[in-house]
Amino acid sequence: MTVTTITDAELVPKDYASDQEVRWCPGCGDYAILKAVQKALAELGAPRERTVFVSGIGCAARFPYYLSTYGFHTIHGRAPAIATGIKLANPELDVWVVTGDGDGLSIGGNHMLHVLRRNVDLQIILFNNEIYGLTKGQYSPTSRRGTRSPSTPQGSVEYPVSACAFALGAGARFVARAVDTQQPDVVALLKRAHAHRGASFVEVFQNCVVFNDGVFDHFTAKDVAPDTQLHVEHGKPLVFGPSEERGLRLTPGTLALEVVPVGDAGVPLRDILVHDETNRALAQLLVALEPPAFPVALGVLYCNPTTSYERELYAQARAAGFGREPADLGALLGREGTWTVER
Amino acid sequence: MATAPALRARQARESVVIRFAGDSGDGMQVTGSRFTVETALAGNDLTTFPDFPAEIRAPAGTTYGVSAFQIQFGAGDIMTPGDAVDVLVAMNPAALKVDLKDLRLGGSILVDTGAFSERNLTKAGFPANPLEDGSLAPYQVLTFDITRLTTEAVKAFGLSTREAHRCRNMWALGLMLWMYGRDRQVTIDWLRRKFADRPELAQANVAALNAGHAFGETAEMSEQLVGYTVPSAPVAPGRYRTVSGTEALAWGLIAGMRGAGLEKMIFAGYPITPASLLLHTLANLKAHGVITFQAEDEIAAIGAAIGAAYAGALGVTSSSGPGMALKTEMLGLAIATELPIVVVDSQRAGPSTGMPTKAEQSDLFQAVHGRNADAPLAVIAAATVVDCFDVAIEAVRIATTYMTPVILLSDAYLAHAAEPWRLPDAAALPRFPVRFRTDPAGFHPLLRDPATLARAWAVPGTPGLEHRIGGLEKDYDTGHISYDPDNHARMTRARAAKIAGIANDIPPQHVALGDDHGAVAVVGWGSTYGAIHRAVREARADGLDVSHIHLRYLNPFPRNLGELLQRFGRILVPELNNGQLVHLLRAAYLVPAEGLSKVAGKPFKVAEIVDAIESVHRSKPR
Repeated sequence: MTVTTITDAELVPKDYASDQEVRWCPGCGDYAILKAVQKALAELGAPRERTVFVSGIGCAARFPYYLSTYGFHTIHGRAPAIATGIKLANPELDVWVVTGDGDGLSIGGNHMLHVLRRNVDLQIILFNNEIYGLTKGQYSPTSRRGTRSPSTPQGSVEYPVSACAFALGAGARFVARAVDTQQPDVVALLKRAHAHRGASFVEVFQNCVVFNDGVFDHFTAKDVAPDTQLHVEHGKPLVFGPSEERGLRLTPGTLALEVVPVGDAGVPLRDILVHDETNRALAQLLVALEPPAFPVALGVLYCNPTTSYERELYAQARAAGFGREPADLGALLGREGTWTVER
Repeated sequence: MATAPALRARQARESVVIRFAGDSGDGMQVTGSRFTVETALAGNDLTTFPDFPAEIRAPAGTTYGVSAFQIQFGAGDIMTPGDAVDVLVAMNPAALKVDLKDLRLGGSILVDTGAFSERNLTKAGFPANPLEDGSLAPYQVLTFDITRLTTEAVKAFGLSTREAHRCRNMWALGLMLWMYGRDRQVTIDWLRRKFADRPELAQANVAALNAGHAFGETAEMSEQLVGYTVPSAPVAPGRYRTVSGTEALAWGLIAGMRGAGLEKMIFAGYPITPASLLLHTLANLKAHGVITFQAEDEIAAIGAAIGAAYAGALGVTSSSGPGMALKTEMLGLAIATELPIVVVDSQRAGPSTGMPTKAEQSDLFQAVHGRNADAPLAVIAAATVVDCFDVAIEAVRIATTYMTPVILLSDAYLAHAAEPWRLPDAAALPRFPVRFRTDPAGFHPLLRDPATLARAWAVPGTPGLEHRIGGLEKDYDTGHISYDPDNHARMTRARAAKIAGIANDIPPQHVALGDDHGAVAVVGWGSTYGAIHRAVREARADGLDVSHIHLRYLNPFPRNLGELLQRFGRILVPELNNGQLVHLLRAAYLVPAEGLSKVAGKPFKVAEIVDAIESVHRSKPR
């Protein structure tokens, strides 16, 4: 068997595919995300030997098997913990976490909270299909109220969690959102997430063709998308619509957003809110927008970097002597309070 | 003055058991620890037993808030904290109430009369003052108003009444140091360091310590107050220090990391009594290549250790019973992915929250069997405080040599207890360098070493070895996902054979004391070592045919263990649980082992095991 090591040569998306047959249902949104990830890695020129994908359990969690990088398919909900350990052991590695709405926000909600709060330098991609696919279609923590499923035949009475609102609440410093089929957007966001030093959280709306088909159609279908999607861009006004004829502004006298017509017939463009991705309060307003009254906000909703956890931890350790000449174990043991018994 | 101090000759004692007892806020653990250091420096052998409540500051004066520290020291081989207390220092009525039952008849009680108020007597549940009602007649009672004497000694330093009272423990310590002819300079230096930013507190504590000492020296008391000499123990030449089980374990992990040639240890823990001490200790040892991580829960802690191992570091986590239960699924992942981690379990009384500060050996079943499916791993146990060092190195050796999780069983007693330790020669510690796979030729992630069956350790960052691992069953020959029935059977057998094979790489079981055959074998594991050893020694001195066998390796057992046990007529298995090792031995070897169980949150007394040995000798075999 011959193995060719490619580190310097330019890599193309298919170089990031493993030799394993992909086993998602035909038409699953995961295929599109896989392609987008491979494309993003190629565009980043990510060295495969220094790239690690870590996943939990669920349909999305099969992801690492389909990539030619290092990969660790762990247990349900715990990928952030294992990814943290990898990053602590070797901060030079480029570590990605692939999770789903059940994996990341239900059984693994606690780990998600803390990995974001700590700001470990990881890229976290959460595939949100609002359903438990691998266990055959139960409602998930992001399922909307009324979702009928094998475990909620009369419809769910629970209120869903918003993935991005959760991430912001946990203290995430990079929060972005995309739709699985809009590949250029996904690729661009993954590259932004990769550039961000610290925990970056990317929610991808992903269609489950078998158990929850079309659950996002009201804002992802081609005919409605222009009217229901707001693509935010730092420094640009928050406008949407086929010819950007609508925009968002703060309702005067309140802390609430409203949709207004822009231009001659409506509000002047200068009165429309301009996206500031470093503004947390604005991000919190944006993640809460929902059709039909509002568009769904997509893109980098929040980006406000600071030093990542593992860097701070190593800085402290180095200040305490870590990584200098190996300390003398004998000196440690005999540090204080010793006595000598003579022959 | 009729009697000059010089005429009050000190009396000699071979060994002494002292228990310091008081309110959990009275500083009894500090008092005991300082007495321990001074005693070690005086050249005695010793063993300590800190016994404290789970409540940090229970309501003052209550019996459930009593904190105690016991030390046995002497000229001989001291192996336990002692069955019966010779001297009880009771700082309040509640301490007297709780601890009197362990005082031997004729033993001494030192009490602070200043704390024997009506209110404290009522809180402790004494209907009448035991100092006055004659109930303490079988003992020698020495009464001092330590509260008043301390207050006087520290009045120059302008402390509040409360702060002044908190120096009482140093007065009592000073008196006890005088009583046993101990120096106090090391403690004075320690107090000055400890209170460096509050010099008046340092001075006050030193003054109280000196006042207690001077009180003994100048003998304001009657001739009851006698000083003692305890000759130093005949120990091997070398450099010594006192060490706690937690410290020995921490240093052993570092020595193990070096033995394996690994650059760093990632230690991930979640706060839990009594395991947190290990996290605290290692957090201060970063210069030795340690990164500590306080995780959000027990699961994340072991997850981070697994991630660290995957990335080529020594991954270690630590917990106690309830936390171990939470780590169960992750242990299965470490077994399936064959990654080397060390999991330290400081066992405590259970089930559930149980008695968090009390020792037990009841996680043995959990360690050996407590996982879903056929999930074998290695289990070893530390026998003594000092043994924690060697066992930690051995845990790292087995984990990295066999690419397996190793559970190291310690307990609440070992975590806190202290003993003198002859420092090992750092240059002579075991070396077992790991070899990371770097050669891509013929590589797949389940490539096994033919001798150990360990899979290749291929670390992310290595070009050409990119691979995927995970909890799904994998093909034996390629490492890819496999649902093939024959392959699963083969993999299950391979995982079992790998762990079983460790038996070929550990020393055969030896007999700790006595012959390798005979009437009775007493088989123990873990921190019961001292009590069993002493008991077997006493029984042998009484002419009984009995031997002591102590197991470090609990899974797999040493390969000669079954044959060794067959050479004894009776097998007695003392354990601080309701009978766990006894089950494992019976299951493994079909031997009629008999259990001796103690589940009181306290260590065995030597006498309890001696009684059991005698009883086994008297009775007919089952």
